[in-house]
Amino acid sequence: MDLTLEDFAAEVGSSGPVAIAGLGTRSRPLSDVRVVHAPSGIEWIEPAEMTICCGAGTPVDEIDAALAEHGQQVAVHPGGTVGGALAVGQSGLRRLAYGAMRDALLQANYVNAAGKLVKAGGPTVKNVSGFDLCRLLVGSYGTLGFIGDVILRTRPKASFEQWFTSDRDPWELLSGLFRPTSVLWNGATTWVLLEGNDRDVAEMAERFSLTAVPNGPELPGGGRWSMAPSELISLKVASPGSFVAEIGVGVVHHTRPRPVRPPDLVQADLHARIKREFDPTGRLNPGIDALSIR
Amino acid sequence: MTVLDTTIDLDAVTRALRVRLRDDQVRDSLTMCNLYRRDASNMTGRAGIVCFAESTEDVQACVQVAADMGVPFMARGSGTGLAGGAVPPPDAIVISTTKMNKILSVDEVNRIAWVEPGVLNLDLSKQIADLGVHFAPDPSSQQTCSIGGNVANNSGGPHCLADGVTNAHIHGVEVVLPDGSISILGGEEPEPDGLDLRGVFVGSEGMFGVATKICVRLMQNPPDVATMLMDFESVAEGANLVSDIIASGIVPAAVEMMDQLCLIAVEEFIHAGLPVEKAAALLIEVVGPSAGVAADVERICQLASERGVGAIRVAADDAERALLWKGRKSAFGAIANIMPNYYLHDTVVPRHKLAEVLDQIYEIVSRHNLQVLNVFHAGDGNLHPLILFDGSVEGVFERVHAAGREIVKASVNAGGVLSGEHGIGLEKRDLMPLMFTETDLSAQADLRRAFDPQLISNPDKVLPNPATCGEIHSAPEGAWI
Repeated sequence: MDLTLEDFAAEVGSSGPVAIAGLGTRSRPLSDVRVVHAPSGIEWIEPAEMTICCGAGTPVDEIDAALAEHGQQVAVHPGGTVGGALAVGQSGLRRLAYGAMRDALLQANYVNAAGKLVKAGGPTVKNVSGFDLCRLLVGSYGTLGFIGDVILRTRPKASFEQWFTSDRDPWELLSGLFRPTSVLWNGATTWVLLEGNDRDVAEMAERFSLTAVPNGPELPGGGRWSMAPSELISLKVASPGSFVAEIGVGVVHHTRPRPVRPPDLVQADLHARIKREFDPTGRLNPGIDALSIR
Repeated sequence: MTVLDTTIDLDAVTRALRVRLRDDQVRDSLTMCNLYRRDASNMTGRAGIVCFAESTEDVQACVQVAADMGVPFMARGSGTGLAGGAVPPPDAIVISTTKMNKILSVDEVNRIAWVEPGVLNLDLSKQIADLGVHFAPDPSSQQTCSIGGNVANNSGGPHCLADGVTNAHIHGVEVVLPDGSISILGGEEPEPDGLDLRGVFVGSEGMFGVATKICVRLMQNPPDVATMLMDFESVAEGANLVSDIIASGIVPAAVEMMDQLCLIAVEEFIHAGLPVEKAAALLIEVVGPSAGVAADVERICQLASERGVGAIRVAADDAERALLWKGRKSAFGAIANIMPNYYLHDTVVPRHKLAEVLDQIYEIVSRHNLQVLNVFHAGDGNLHPLILFDGSVEGVFERVHAAGREIVKASVNAGGVLSGEHGIGLEKRDLMPLMFTETDLSAQADLRRAFDPQLISNPDKVLPNPATCGEIHSAPEGAWI
């Protein structure tokens, strides 16, 4: 890493407002606030453990390239830095098969509001030692602590992958195909990503009359909605031609911004209490509220 | 601060509970309290009153009474926990969720089900088997453990190697928070607003509130399965094969190891033709579409031969597969043929340290003049040494506990962690400093305080004493402190 965790902690310090920035791909830097950057660089890769340790400021592209040399990958949303991806907490298009990105974070060393280093989680793929602060950090937009370095769980890259299209009902494909990596639907066309043994993929494609295509669909960039997977069917009438939905997951890439929803008051109170415990003076990423930012 | 106030007026608490619940749901007889004084660990506590909740509202009533009167409460599922997480704090209100045992809804297409916390783990998978789906976490106690307990402990099991532990299979939880308020953390949608409170609730060992409804992720049943039993002349050869398999890009559905003493005990019990003369055996399962399964089996066998594998037995049919798994899952019962008692441990080490740490475990246990049997989730480095002993021998518990502590330390020193699936509970709370600094622990205490400012939800578990600054704590009998 280009910066030690101790030096990073010293930069964050213990008083005064401070913001963290990555490559600026997911959000604009806060104005009028001192900005720090997390350490960058890969510390180690352990292919037999399926783990990688890197600074939170490391570009996702860099770990993708390094892991590819070992035939592995990590379920972190592409683009920007690892820390930025974790802070925002969104999963990639392969969540249906890979699970949520949050499950890839095994351990994080973060700097708390008092400028001290805190370890969350542990280095092994299985660990239930204490409360799971890693889950708290993913999607917290840097409001509870600034992640310095992480250990992530990797997964093998499949030997073969192929995108397909189909005019079949996406739920029919979700039911019939064995663990598809992604099923996307715009109300008329279904896209399917299959991975695994090439003969198995070919057999499934033939059985469901899928047509091979080079890529998945272009995703609308207006907003990222979150819906119960069973409710996605309603989009066909409500938003024809304006969306690509992740079937079986519930993420919707929409031309329009995500609708604002009234907060659950019990959870708003819980969020406020957590913020008070972790950052009593509100100095970390001031002005950002993890509950209302999306 | 009234958590362990020794002046709790149990009669007053009982009266308050009976205003909200039927009399037969609120039990305070000595017999009942004795029945609920422990879980499956060897520690005991003291239940004050046992309440049988039948609904979210019942749970809320119990928690509100507890919060109003400043009395500790503890939710309890099937009581199969091994780390003392469901050992009641002194005079606590024990809220049993065993009567909340309904499967509320199943959506087999989107693979989501809502269940009540008292639903037994295996019952869920059995009930939905004809829909072609199952609930992946499969603790060895899955016939008796409840899904509420799985949520509390973030439980694992053999098949969590490929599919992940319980946290990855919980979409949402309806909870009664320790102040009596109700909320749904997470839910069916993938990206709810705000922090991942669902994620921190799972594995919080009953200290962040009580789960009253659980939204689980279901997994497709695989079209093809291959189950192999491989034997080895040394534990190290088998352990090293595990790393080879993973490094080659194959993640089997499960990789379990049994050492020789375990093989002998189990064979006497189930007569499955296990290789009792060998030092260790691996039970490896690969699932998926048939071509991929065949390719993985071929590659695994090739790697095994490079590690000097003895015999490779591939289950010919479901009956043989079931027999091999029965061998793995009945290990704990089989031990009775060797010794009357055992103490089951749970630590995780990096896969490449398995052989080294197993050697240390044999050395530690032998030095304490005890026997150990190993049967564990080798695929994710999750060790389960079973220390065998005869509880009637004077002074044996001290030796068992001393050996246990050394095993935990050896695992952490090897770059591992305190627990892979049993949790911390009371058993390991005072070993937490082996893994965490005071600052780390204080962050965990902060999170707990945010959920439970009164510190009444299953107090005294997980966090070591100093983190709660000088309150009076009692150590249940048998706790490692």
